[in-house]
Amino acid sequence: MDKLMSDLKTQIIAQLNMQDVKPEDIGDDQPLFVDGLGLDSIDALELIVLLQQHYKIKLSNAEDGPKVFQSVRTIAEYITAHQNQAA
Amino acid sequence: MSTTVFIVGVGAISAIGDNVAGCLASFKKGKAGIGDMVYLDSAYKNKIPVAEVKHTNEQLAALAGMSPKISRTALLSSIAAKEAMDDAGISNMDALRTGFISANTVGGMDKTENFFSEFLSNPGKGKLRNVVNHECGSVTELVADQLGIKNYVSTISTACSSSANAIFLAARMIRHNMLDVVIAGGADAITKFTLNGFNTLMILDSDYCKPFDENRKGLNLGEGAGYVVLVSEKIAKTLPKKAYCTLSGYCNANDAYHQTASSPDGIGSYLAMDGALKKSGLLPSDIDYINLHGTGTQNNDIAEGTAIKRLFDPHYPKMSSTKTFTGHTLGACGGLEAVFSAMAIHHKIIYPNLRLQTPMKELPFVPETVLGENITVRHALSNSFGFGGNCSSLIFSKL
Amino acid sequence: MKMYIRGTGNISPQKTFGDVPFLEEPVLYNGIRLTCIEPDYKDIIDPKMIRRMSRIIRMGVAAANACLQEAAIPVPDAIITGTAYGCLQDTDLFLTKMVEQKEELLTPTAFIQSTHNTIGAQIGLLLKSHNYNNAFVHRGFSFESALLDGIMLLMENDASNVLVGAIDEITDNSHAILKRFGLYRTAAVSNMDLYSTVSRGTIAGEGATFFLLAKEPSSHDYAQLNGLATFYKPKDHAETEQHIVNFLATHSVHISDIDLVIIGRNGNAKDDAVYDRLTQTIFNTSILANYKNLCGEYPTAAAFALWLAAGIIKNGIVPAVLNVSNTTGKTMKKILIHNHYQDTHHSLLLVSAC
Repeated sequence: MDKLMSDLKTQIIAQLNMQDVKPEDIGDDQPLFVDGLGLDSIDALELIVLLQQHYKIKLSNAEDGPKVFQSVRTIAEYITAHQNQAA
Repeated sequence: MSTTVFIVGVGAISAIGDNVAGCLASFKKGKAGIGDMVYLDSAYKNKIPVAEVKHTNEQLAALAGMSPKISRTALLSSIAAKEAMDDAGISNMDALRTGFISANTVGGMDKTENFFSEFLSNPGKGKLRNVVNHECGSVTELVADQLGIKNYVSTISTACSSSANAIFLAARMIRHNMLDVVIAGGADAITKFTLNGFNTLMILDSDYCKPFDENRKGLNLGEGAGYVVLVSEKIAKTLPKKAYCTLSGYCNANDAYHQTASSPDGIGSYLAMDGALKKSGLLPSDIDYINLHGTGTQNNDIAEGTAIKRLFDPHYPKMSSTKTFTGHTLGACGGLEAVFSAMAIHHKIIYPNLRLQTPMKELPFVPETVLGENITVRHALSNSFGFGGNCSSLIFSKL
Repeated sequence: MKMYIRGTGNISPQKTFGDVPFLEEPVLYNGIRLTCIEPDYKDIIDPKMIRRMSRIIRMGVAAANACLQEAAIPVPDAIITGTAYGCLQDTDLFLTKMVEQKEELLTPTAFIQSTHNTIGAQIGLLLKSHNYNNAFVHRGFSFESALLDGIMLLMENDASNVLVGAIDEITDNSHAILKRFGLYRTAAVSNMDLYSTVSRGTIAGEGATFFLLAKEPSSHDYAQLNGLATFYKPKDHAETEQHIVNFLATHSVHISDIDLVIIGRNGNAKDDAVYDRLTQTIFNTSILANYKNLCGEYPTAAAFALWLAAGIIKNGIVPAVLNVSNTTGKTMKKILIHNHYQDTHHSLLLVSAC
């Protein structure tokens, strides 16, 4: 899980072009949207593609975004749950 | 600055008709132009419905009297602009100061897409004739040159409000006595670029769109062109045919909320509608019909609806989204819907908002679901809102 | 007509941005492409906003910001932009991925930023301004169309000040494509030798240039803008001359009243033929200055010329790099700008001291 969360942080920074942010700046449970990291609806769409590209997980309903993308940990949990399902 | 601006000619081509009469006939039949993708070559064929103009580029080129090798957007633009010009029947165009102000969102992108696939594999490859008219302004010039219009030629691109802004600018140039006659509106063909772009935003409905429905799932992309001919009072008096209506109000405001999303209270939409009313000196109760922007996305319809509620409550005019027929034609929608608004006044008809089953629970009003005939429309408000927060409203008034 | 240029912001291939001397240290290029000198955006644009902005958007937003600061107008009554090509880098990126990934796994950022009104929209968003916002995209008339819209708003009393800007960028791909059209020289050239080596093709340029235009004068205006006219595809030299004559007559000035004429020579023999003729006719006794060796050729280059004219009037000097003789001791009170892009889009601007 720690490895996955660490990978995710690097991938999020790259995908969202957050030039001045380092992986260690993002807390595992830090909210990603609004008051936390300040992400918005467009970033959520970027993250959906990130999951597809790196983890082959398809989030078909954009409305699930807010739940899944609460924090790096919730994303990691979603990935783990759905990868196991696939396997 | 005081002259009244008259609408004396209209031209339209869309998924529901090759000309204004064809579009009106489809409205009366309740026949939408949305369906499976036939003409666009995309990976989303049979997956995402679109509202295409039902002709190949070769057929459109024949109608336009242009080469089939140029951008589909220019072909559509030419057909509708020429119809508008012919409809106005101004015999002495050469003696007048004439302008062509057009709008589009991606210029000759349909051709650039073809060019790019070859160019990417080898920068020395790709036919240059496919990118020579990439610029938005080139599409306008192809048509201006064909129509022989030289005095003023310009292009506006403010996403989905583009052609409303073109008509707006045209009216102002007439009021400033800079021009006598302006053909204004816009055109856009469906391209892979826009289809994929909207698809990444997950706002394309995989079924037929349902604007202002509680269960709306997004928009359908459409294509087409719509133009009106605007003249000053002095010129209007010399024409054999009576003008259709006047353009009495207009306003451009910005939502300033997000690059693509509308603010929850629709402040930009509210300010555009309110500003257009103030410009025309009218009250909300004077408006008999609103041609909604009504794209069918969750976000647009609640923002627009909330703004309408704030401005019109408790007396709501009749309203509908003609995008339920034509799809969302992006840079063309302000022009097409200006034509439809002018025709609502002229023919005393109200277009139905198709496929509306469950009205939005947040709103106290419901758009018209059936065709209304013999209805006097004193003033019609047409809304066009776009990415970048660009919101424009136009008001057309009965003579 | 009297409008006042109260502020400017200019990011160009020269040192024109920020508190810098007025073109005292010309930047030399050897090649066929001049590139904007960009500032450090950290102090100018909110880091949360900047991560999505491509180069042209950053340049546009920063130039607009500097212009508003200089004019001391926090929020203008209108924001109007002109761009011929729009946000090419974003367009290019989305298009490339679309082709390479066969319409799969695309993300929205490049698409939404590629829209032609993005820069004006971003400026509006940063200022939280609900005011008038428009974007013109008409090739060599993009800037002039935006300027005309702004002038009209001021005349209509719907605005007391307007922010008008021109933005165009070159990307590797756009440069490669335009080069194939024969727009640029085939061999590298020093920008300072552009006019002594007139042949086929010019050098590519780019820029982000904004103006704050006000209806009323202030104590810190650059200059007055007195006139703007455009004409499209003149059929011959005589028509071009007639437009210039008419423009001067409309504004009740004689060519001998003009202290300096800034013209759009670009070193391409075909384009410069316009000036070979005008300098023998209407401009035969005028003091002339060229500017495209400084910023390169691009469809909205006239904005650089307007910035130059405003600067000359405000600073009271003609920068040495313009290589204009017999101006010593002469105050620059009236400047005429004539620009043309490929002999298709011509524009005239009249600028004078306040």
